[in-house]
Amino acid sequence: MPRLPRDKASKIAIITAVAVALIVLTVFLGSRKNLQPRHYIQLTIDGVRGGSIYALMALGFVMVYSVTGIINFAQGEFVMLGAMICLTVNNLDLHLPPALKLAVSVVVGVLATTLIGIAMERLAIYPARRSPPVTLIIITIGVTITLRASALLAWGADPYVLPAFTTQVLEDHIFRFGGPSGDVIVQAQSLWIWGTLFVVLIVLYVFLERTIMGKALRACAVNRRAAQLMGINPSRMSMLSFAIAAALGAIGGIVLGPVTRPIYDMGLMLGLRGFVAAIMGGLVSAPGAVVGGLVLGVVENVAAGVTNPTYKSVVSFVILIAILLFRPQGIIGGSESRPEEA
Amino acid sequence: MRGFLRRNRNAVGIVVFAIVIASLGAVEVFRPFGIRFSDLTGRVVTMDTMIRVGILTIVVVGLNLLMGYAGQVSLGQAGFYALGAYVSAILSTLATRHKVLIGVADTWWWPWLAILASMALTGGFAYLVGKPILRLKGNYLAMATLGLGIIIYILAGQFEEITGGYDGLTGVPRLQIGDFKLWPPQRYYFLVWGAAIGVIVVATNIVNSRIGRALRAIHTGEVAANTCGVDTERYKVQALIVSAMCAALAGSLYAHFQSAVSPNPFSFRVSVELVVMAAVGGLSSIWGAPFGVGVIFAIRDLLRSRMEEWLQVRGGEYELIIYGIMLTVIMIFMPEGLTSGIVSLVRRARRGRSKMRDS
Repeated sequence: MPRLPRDKASKIAIITAVAVALIVLTVFLGSRKNLQPRHYIQLTIDGVRGGSIYALMALGFVMVYSVTGIINFAQGEFVMLGAMICLTVNNLDLHLPPALKLAVSVVVGVLATTLIGIAMERLAIYPARRSPPVTLIIITIGVTITLRASALLAWGADPYVLPAFTTQVLEDHIFRFGGPSGDVIVQAQSLWIWGTLFVVLIVLYVFLERTIMGKALRACAVNRRAAQLMGINPSRMSMLSFAIAAALGAIGGIVLGPVTRPIYDMGLMLGLRGFVAAIMGGLVSAPGAVVGGLVLGVVENVAAGVTNPTYKSVVSFVILIAILLFRPQGIIGGSESRPEEA
Repeated sequence: MRGFLRRNRNAVGIVVFAIVIASLGAVEVFRPFGIRFSDLTGRVVTMDTMIRVGILTIVVVGLNLLMGYAGQVSLGQAGFYALGAYVSAILSTLATRHKVLIGVADTWWWPWLAILASMALTGGFAYLVGKPILRLKGNYLAMATLGLGIIIYILAGQFEEITGGYDGLTGVPRLQIGDFKLWPPQRYYFLVWGAAIGVIVVATNIVNSRIGRALRAIHTGEVAANTCGVDTERYKVQALIVSAMCAALAGSLYAHFQSAVSPNPFSFRVSVELVVMAAVGGLSSIWGAPFGVGVIFAIRDLLRSRMEEWLQVRGGEYELIIYGIMLTVIMIFMPEGLTSGIVSLVRRARRGRSKMRDS
């Protein structure tokens, strides 16, 4: 691998050249499929929707990784569990108005998943907290298999449906924006997803910056030993980070529920993409993770749109390997976040 | 005599192991008193299972070298396994599918060449990706290999003209030597386990050589190894190449065993299963490999065949849960694997007893 030049000007030149080449390639492939500008807008809008979910998951990865140094494979399963628990509660006969019932099931879904996240940390991670990272990864893979198989047992192998939040039925409300060559479609659920991401970011920001507990969590991420000397209990912070990650995953899964069809094995691919997004942001930076998620969503969707939908996941893994090889410190977070040295 | 046994522990182990394996196979071939192999195990383990265990043992031995000795994680080993299987299958069906090289590609020795070619190609591929990818460490390496494995899996499903897409390729010929067909299964069994034992012999030799010591040094401390003059990069790449070639050999044997290949047996799940098998057997013990694969298969087959009788439920779903819990528990309490975990438990118990006697 050639060593890239260090000075800023040539770096910018290289990045611009790569970006231009990719855009030209995209437009070329798109023109072969006769794509109009509105198609690109549509692909981008849908990409931002998927990207918002990746952003939520990437935040979960960042949360756990920066506090504990563990890459939590089970992040995707939290997404699945959130969606599945929510829709199960929603399918119960509760004698409530539909909107209220949905709200109740959302809360139950998030809380139950959070508890599962805490249980996972206490039962599987805490006893092995002194093991090398490889062992811990394999442990989270073990938890992932267990959770997924339990879900298969509980819910079977068929996909489920969660009603759209706006209409309370399967059919979602659709906004059309006319253009000269045709309409661009935005589903109401997309607005819910963007709104949720926005609210979650604000809540998370306030928690991390304005509360003692949030500050303790950040201290733990910066330097665990020093945090411990200041009277912060790192084991409790590890538990808290898993709880937050699980809640973030569950929220993502629930708002995503109406646009996909939740199924017991939805977690794997979503989780891996969330991880790619986190890596794009440098793995320890929350803003980086959010931007990474959105960028990944758009890139992936546009790339799949101009080629072939089945290449969607190939795109994200190619991005993953390229970033790991050329810029392991992330492409968004900047250079202050260092790659792992262990 | 005892001294001899102790000095050549590995050789003795291999000979005993080979005799056990061969006599198991002989039971199936000669059927003494009308007993078949599967009768010995209460009809739970069949010849078919034993062949699969042998094939995966080859992959896991390679993985052991890479993960246990060199300390480099691979969550994409199924990718190399797939590559081997596909290259072998594509090359050996050239004459029947593409009508090329007729007269050469339909001889009995062509599939054997194809196996060698698939090992060479997969090794070459490992060399190409190994240099950049092995610069990564720990978590990052795990994720990069994982991505690689999934990309290979998806591409295998996509390039329909070459790989047959998700339906796969069929009509892979059975192996034969001259006119002697290595089929039905009890004959193929000897080939697979012969290969497996061969790989184990090679691996134990590597481990006990200068290369093995270098790999262990890398595992314990890469920087330290480097300072002592170990060319860490070269050894890591070599370990990856050897493990990839093991996987390719196993993949080829699998293709000829199934007489077909499709992407499904090479998914991410399989990569994980391989790591589970290696972990159960013990990451840094070559002999752990057949043991780990065997344990996993035994658990799976027991669950599948007996779960219905015992618990009145379908076993397939519990199988995965038990898998997951087992993996988690083993990694928490015996990160060295079941074999050395049990050994150290026994040792501790013995030491405890002798202490009690002393006091």
